[in-house]
Amino acid sequence: MMWSWFKRRNSAPVARERLQILLAHERSTLGRSNLVSVLQDEILAVISRHVFIDPDAVQVKMDRGAKISTLEIEIEIPNMVGPPLAMTY
Amino acid sequence: MANVVVVTSGKGGVGKTTTTAALGTALAQTGQTVAVVDFDVGLRNLDLVLGAERRVVYDLINVVQGAAKLQQALIRDKRIETLWLLPASQTRDKDALTDEGVARVIDELRQRFDWVLCDSPAGIERGAQLAMRHADAAVIVTNPEVSSVRDSDRIIGLLDAKTERAERGERIAKHILVTRFDPARAARGEMLGIADILEILSLPLLGIIPESQEVLRASNLGTPVVLSDPASAPARAYTEAARRLEGEDVEIVIPAEKRGLFTKLFGRRAA
Repeated sequence: MMWSWFKRRNSAPVARERLQILLAHERSTLGRSNLVSVLQDEILAVISRHVFIDPDAVQVKMDRGAKISTLEIEIEIPNMVGPPLAMTY
Repeated sequence: MANVVVVTSGKGGVGKTTTTAALGTALAQTGQTVAVVDFDVGLRNLDLVLGAERRVVYDLINVVQGAAKLQQALIRDKRIETLWLLPASQTRDKDALTDEGVARVIDELRQRFDWVLCDSPAGIERGAQLAMRHADAAVIVTNPEVSSVRDSDRIIGLLDAKTERAERGERIAKHILVTRFDPARAARGEMLGIADILEILSLPLLGIIPESQEVLRASNLGTPVVLSDPASAPARAYTEAARRLEGEDVEIVIPAEKRGLFTKLFGRRAA
């Protein structure tokens, strides 16, 4: 009985441990969503050097799976008059 | 040129408005000019805590939309003449705040005041992001409680990503202000300690505001706690926090447990 009373008193260390575990996880997930926006900006910058595209035409999606995650990149390029894209390189 | 400071937390009810009023008043008491700006559109309360609720004519949205001039909307405090309030709108919603309009108002305030304190709404959505957008520094108000600490962590992430300074690759000064701290409960291991909070959030401490009845009394009266009872523990803690915000090196004393005669005689219990 004394022991259970003693244990009841110390909830702060439990709070601290739960927070440390939770925040380590949340920071890494949010870090990844930041990665998506960084990728989006950089992909856009690279493509814009060669082709004119609308900034909203680059879609980057990340799906997190248990073992692997997939990164889906979709870029809309307007149809151009002139030689096909492949031939300009 | 003013220092623009956002008072933010993520979680509601932790003491952002009380803190904005108290820090603003403490800074203004030193003779510096201070504007406190309520960003909580639709749920304004800074006017009430400052006792200016019956003097609101124009508000932030009127100024943002150009319907009123800044000087028409600013309300001068009746007690401290260097303290001014820019109230939020109670009838409009936050979508009426445009990015450009807010940028223009903050810029104008920056020219005219030494300090601009932005009282953020709770949450992490547009309203909170607009309040932090132009800040040079942030005061993150945190209660020693798991949900508050978690939400503070989230807000810190936003401060590092969504502010103008962060986007320019500059640093935004971030400080933790722990409010509603109960030293006795922390000492007994019933409440997260200051060291726990700082270790988890890894940011410097601006101050510790002890849990006190005086804070509720002050808001009942519409008088910031630094004026309603300057000698009280929360008033002293806020005044010292304001000095630290100015860059002064003021030692932080973690409030110790007040021990009554009983505990003195019989010592501390199991924990």
